[in-house]
Amino acid sequence: MHIIDRRLNPGGRSFTNRQRFLRRAKNLVQRAVREDFKNRSIKDLDQGGEVSIVREGVHEPVLRRAGGSGKRDVVLPGNRDYVEGDRIRRPQGGAGAGAGSEAGQGSGEDAFRFLLTREEYLDLFLDDLELPNLAKRKLATTEAKELRRAGYSTTGSPSSLSVSRTMRHSLSRRIALRRPGRAAIREIEEEIAKLEASGGDPARLAALRVEHERLVQRSRRIAYIDPIDLRYRRYEQTPRPVAQAVMFCLMDVSGSMSEHMKDLAKRFYALLHIFLRRSYRNVDVVFIRHTDHAEEVDEETFFHSPETGGTIVSTALEEMLSVVRARYNPDDWNIYVAQASDGDNIGTDNARVAALVNESILPICQYFAYLEVGRGDTHLPAGVMTRTTDLWRTYEGQVAPGGHFVMRKVWHRREIYPVFRELFRRAGVDGGGKS
Amino acid sequence: MTVTATHPLLFSGTDWDFNTIRRIYDAVEKVSGAVLGLDTYPNQIEVITAEQMLDAYASTGMPLLYKHWSFGKQFAHHEMIYRKGMGGLAYELVINSNPCINYIMEENTATMQTLVIAHAAFGHNHFFKNNYLFRQWTDAEGILDYLAFAKGYIAACEERHGLAAVERILDIAHSLMNQAVHRYPRRSRLDLKAEKKREAERHAHQEQVYNDLWRTVPGTPKTFRTEAAADRRRALLKLPEENILYFLEKTAPLLQPWQREVLRIVRQIAQYFYPQSQTKVMNEGCATYSHYRIMTRLHEQGSISDGAFLEFLQSHANVVMQPTFDSPRYSGLNPYAIGFAMMQDIARICETPDDEDREWFPDIAGQGDVSGVLKHVWANYRDESFLAQFLSPRLIREWRLFHIEDDAGQPALTVGAIHDERGYRRIRQALARQYDIAWQQADIQVVDVDLDGDRQLTLQHDTVNHTLLHDKDAELVLQNLAELWGYRVVLREVDPATGKLLKEHVAKAPQKPGLL
Repeated sequence: MHIIDRRLNPGGRSFTNRQRFLRRAKNLVQRAVREDFKNRSIKDLDQGGEVSIVREGVHEPVLRRAGGSGKRDVVLPGNRDYVEGDRIRRPQGGAGAGAGSEAGQGSGEDAFRFLLTREEYLDLFLDDLELPNLAKRKLATTEAKELRRAGYSTTGSPSSLSVSRTMRHSLSRRIALRRPGRAAIREIEEEIAKLEASGGDPARLAALRVEHERLVQRSRRIAYIDPIDLRYRRYEQTPRPVAQAVMFCLMDVSGSMSEHMKDLAKRFYALLHIFLRRSYRNVDVVFIRHTDHAEEVDEETFFHSPETGGTIVSTALEEMLSVVRARYNPDDWNIYVAQASDGDNIGTDNARVAALVNESILPICQYFAYLEVGRGDTHLPAGVMTRTTDLWRTYEGQVAPGGHFVMRKVWHRREIYPVFRELFRRAGVDGGGKS
Repeated sequence: MTVTATHPLLFSGTDWDFNTIRRIYDAVEKVSGAVLGLDTYPNQIEVITAEQMLDAYASTGMPLLYKHWSFGKQFAHHEMIYRKGMGGLAYELVINSNPCINYIMEENTATMQTLVIAHAAFGHNHFFKNNYLFRQWTDAEGILDYLAFAKGYIAACEERHGLAAVERILDIAHSLMNQAVHRYPRRSRLDLKAEKKREAERHAHQEQVYNDLWRTVPGTPKTFRTEAAADRRRALLKLPEENILYFLEKTAPLLQPWQREVLRIVRQIAQYFYPQSQTKVMNEGCATYSHYRIMTRLHEQGSISDGAFLEFLQSHANVVMQPTFDSPRYSGLNPYAIGFAMMQDIARICETPDDEDREWFPDIAGQGDVSGVLKHVWANYRDESFLAQFLSPRLIREWRLFHIEDDAGQPALTVGAIHDERGYRRIRQALARQYDIAWQQADIQVVDVDLDGDRQLTLQHDTVNHTLLHDKDAELVLQNLAELWGYRVVLREVDPATGKLLKEHVAKAPQKPGLL
């Protein structure tokens, strides 16, 4: 008999099979994940979790007899008061006597439920999306340098002295050159002292004194640590791709923005945040709200504290530029801007907005998304033209429709995700959708 | 049974280490020999974690298996149940191989480890080694090597022919797995070890006899078709054939050699599991009875403490619990419960029979040699024959079994028999039927192939009591089948008594035959 401890075997034996299952059911799982997303609060948007898909989609058909046809015999335990020939009403819904042993076989549940890990969830959720213009910025930002360890050198500053390396070299040199150790010298000294005290064997004492002198001389000549032992940690500068991004959330909080509109904007920001976090190690978020003046605020204030006043969009853009100047050097940070507004702006400000976006913001940012939010209840039926807003017209007419400026309109919560997908769709996955 | 509390305790408390396991194993081995004289394969005990148990669940209990998405689905399902606390995991898992591999869970207490070693490493192991079905249909020596070969072969196929193609043929093969076993002919003992060699030989032979010239020979003119010719054709193809995958492997015109091999692998694995599905009651009955006897003896001789024995009894009682049909917990007959009850009953009949037992079981009543009789039973019966032979009237009364006739044509169910003089034999027969796989599974056979004409493959389902196949599933499977066969496939559901056609399913030939 052998006892084998398998507990330490590498786990994840089912990993491949699980992957294959997810791949196989990808469409279904993806749909389930997106369905599930709608019901989640923004805080736990990026957790894993239970999803259920229609069993039909991962059904494995076999040739089996159908229930409910023909004649079947069943033997059951626990008879109480039936006698032969009794007639029993057929139980409904498969429960009870008739279903018996067959109940467990497949027909039970219509949904197949299982758990997804956080990674699987996000992979499926954000699948076929990609960050626009990432490549370009990567090239541009290799300027940033960082120090990396690169072995040892014989020269360097005292602060980078590697003590362990140095001592290792020192030790091997001392052994190679037979530098007498402190213990050897002390041994002779002790013997000399003993002989001196006892006064016996003067010849031996003389020889020992000579030997002692020789050892001391040798240990003095061969240094404990020699300059050739010294080793310094070497650092090299390596170019570092920028792995941090800052996301600017700009929002009009003037009186015309309803809670519903803010909610739409919030959902969009949340998605963008999750998405950026997948690509960058650090994602900073800056909230800037504006009425006729703009200020940087925290998240809570941004979404929840009411403001009144007119609307001057350019103030927000200026505030953003000043934050960039103060904290986010475009060489070190990838900058994403998401602006949400109901589209109102003071007429005289429009030209200034266009100029700011064109000349100052677009050159430094990766991506500028303008999201125009509408009231959910005034979603007009198809065919009726909605009023084009000031801001929309401004952006449409005066901002170069280049790769990294996009604008979309959203009326309802359910449209957020499709719009988001459309904006970040990986090139080539689906050609359409570029406005 | 003499009570001799002379042995030292094997363990105290719930903790165990590998020395404890070894001590337990040795004690159980000694007792199993003394009490029951069990004859087992050498054992290999492997301690595993919950996650590894989930892995094992997902690969139908096998230690290694080829990759397929359906196992991932199983895994996801079990994982969910386990993580959400909706169900526990088994304490052990045992594999019919030589040496016999026993997985035991690390969470088990020392008492539970004793129980599972007695249950699996001795009870199941004895059954695997001695039962005629396992001896006849499975090759315990070769199964692990064969699985390794199968895994490697399918991985190689995936590399050469692409994941999609291999996954597709496995899907199809799995959908026909129930129709992929030889049920009746007594075949020579399997030798799975030689399978790998045989595969290479088949391949070499095909290459050797291949001659491109034959392709250019003009076809013979179509012969006049007669009934006699059709009979002869069927005879040449050895039709009817119930093992559909076997038939496809040997006869399907458009399959690549590797596809045939994949079908063969799935078929071999189906065959390996076939005895297990026919011996659930007996297998669990044998293991449960063995562990009960062994644990009792261990307690009697003082090897395990009273506390440990109580822990065992509680878990044993859970295992052999049988809710009645109207209980919300009822989910069919519990094979552990009925198996254990019948083994106990046989022991009682051997030792202290009453008149009824003498009348019903003249061969074993009062015969005295309990372990001899039980070992004979374990070796020579399967669930169906076991129930038909050994379900005693007393047990029918104790369990208050009754028989329901469920005729879809009638508005109400009828009680066919209860635990009375008139009912015993009918209940026994009906229950035995319930465990007869050949009776429970649809009888579907390949009956004809029109090789001269449009190559239509004809299957026939001989219905029992007019129970038809599940419509949608049948259609899907048939479409699969057509994809493998490459041409039209027809499935006729007939009433075997009258030959009347009840229903016909047709799957058209795939668009691009043979490309899969």
